[in-house]
Amino acid sequence: MSAITRDEVAHLARLSRLALGDDELDHLAAQLDQIISAVARVQEVAAEDIPPTSHALPLTNVYRSDENRPSLTPEQALSGAPAAEDQRFRVPRILGEEA
Amino acid sequence: MSTTVMKYEEALARFEPVLGIETHIELGTRSKMFCGCPTAFGAEPNTQVCPVCLGLPGSLPVTNKAAIEGIIKIGLALNCDIVEWCRFARKNYFYPDMPKNYQISQYDEPLCVDGHLDVEVDGTTFRIEIERVHMEEDTGKSLHVGGATGRIHGADHSLVDYNRAGIPLVEIVTKPITATGEKAPLVAKAYATELRELVRSLGVSEVRMEHGSMRCDVNVSLMPRGASEWGTRTETKNVNSLRSVERAVRSEIERQAAVLDAGGKIVQETRHFHEDSGTTTSGRSKEEAQDYRYFPEPDLVPMAPSREWVEELRASLPELPAARRRRVQGEWGLSDLELRDVVNAGALDLIEETVRAGTDPGAARKWWMNELSRRATEQNVELADLAITPQQVARIQAMVDAKELNDKLARKVFEGVLAGEGTPDEVVAARGLKVVSDDGALAAIIDQVIADNADVADKVRGGKVAAAGALVGAVMKASRGQADAGRARELILEKLGVS
Ligand SMILES: [Zn+2]
Repeated sequence: MSAITRDEVAHLARLSRLALGDDELDHLAAQLDQIISAVARVQEVAAEDIPPTSHALPLTNVYRSDENRPSLTPEQALSGAPAAEDQRFRVPRILGEEA
Repeated sequence: MSTTVMKYEEALARFEPVLGIETHIELGTRSKMFCGCPTAFGAEPNTQVCPVCLGLPGSLPVTNKAAIEGIIKIGLALNCDIVEWCRFARKNYFYPDMPKNYQISQYDEPLCVDGHLDVEVDGTTFRIEIERVHMEEDTGKSLHVGGATGRIHGADHSLVDYNRAGIPLVEIVTKPITATGEKAPLVAKAYATELRELVRSLGVSEVRMEHGSMRCDVNVSLMPRGASEWGTRTETKNVNSLRSVERAVRSEIERQAAVLDAGGKIVQETRHFHEDSGTTTSGRSKEEAQDYRYFPEPDLVPMAPSREWVEELRASLPELPAARRRRVQGEWGLSDLELRDVVNAGALDLIEETVRAGTDPGAARKWWMNELSRRATEQNVELADLAITPQQVARIQAMVDAKELNDKLARKVFEGVLAGEGTPDEVVAARGLKVVSDDGALAAIIDQVIADNADVADKVRGGKVAAAGALVGAVMKASRGQADAGRARELILEKLGVS
């Protein structure tokens, strides 16, 4: 029984808007299966009485006060953008969804 | 493309609607949810962004305490339980409105649960059960370029402004709303209205639908009358006014009824509401889109609001709208219907502030509900958007009380203030609108009126006192409404020897 199926990998690729060919799917499904199986070994040491951990630190309630800090300039903000137009990030249209 | 619809009355005779409403409210904090960027509405694009809200590598979010206070207040005002421990979650999706490729939200551990809000429609109270209230961050705004309509279909590319990305956003989700029958659209609108009033009273958001600081998604499904199983629901987005909430529900009921009547199936999907036509069109279907692979947000530690903090916030809540309505109804001596009219006209705040500025409640209500409501309708604006303050209304009424103005002159002062001619006192001075009760000035006018209307004067002398009304009217006319009518009447009768 594999840890992740080829169909699941195809589904994740679709959600991530990655166009993967058939041979790429075969290749990645096998690799991801190995990775997930390796990571899953951690579960073997978890006893019944250990709740799943989401955070490494035993902290709660870390807040900041509602104060402004300097923002970037638009030039700085857009400096790493692949493309910009009208002081906005320019991106390819995303089909099939409408915000 | 036209859509077949069934007549509303027929649809309701055959089907029972079930509603669900998800409302997003942007909190009015100074800084964003997880960074210190400002949150001003309408700023130049990408001027309120930083590494955190742009999702740049290495940046880390830190939760804004004021936002958590805001959502807890909303939860408490909605009679929710505030949980003792909960976490943020990552909602993963690939869309450029979130530069991180995920939105920080809450999944199966919302901060506030199990509340309710009572709303009234035509004298009947409906209890809307609240499923959950959770904290998340708003997304950026996309502008689709190249298409004719600004929508994504046909667009070449999109331009994104991240000023809004990361603004604290509270999502309020109702439980299914059943047994509202033909009142379903009105109940939906009443809920949105009451929720807006409630949140506004808390002072945690501007809740302005036209600015997008309050947005509603409306779920509608139909089941045949007598059935026990709910139908498939659609979710209508883009509903950006209270009136649209009502229209969207109504139009979905009519559309779904026609589909079901023709033997068709309702597709579970997102639909978009169009303000111009009042109808909805199909958006994306749910099956393919809704797979957000939520997991606990590793960059933010869990929240465990202490019971002391929650009780402190509960004690700080202001008088809530429902309690306030009951109070003013008693104080002002209003019938249920009168109260409803005042509330529906959006006049409650205005009247209350006018009363606070010293005006008798009856007079305050009269001005706002008659003269000013009429002018708001003429100008096609909300009452609150008229160019006059409650303090100015109180000043005008104070002049009426002091007999410096009569109602007719007061209306001219309202006209002047609304036209931007200045304060009430400035308008009175500039237009010369003081009541003439000075006997000397009145006497001259009265002498002229008696001379011009000798026959009427004779009738009064002969004992027909009622005829004096015509002379008072003539004095008012000659003085362009500025005479003190009561004093004029006394002087006329005196001069004609019948007092
Ligand atoms: Zn920021």
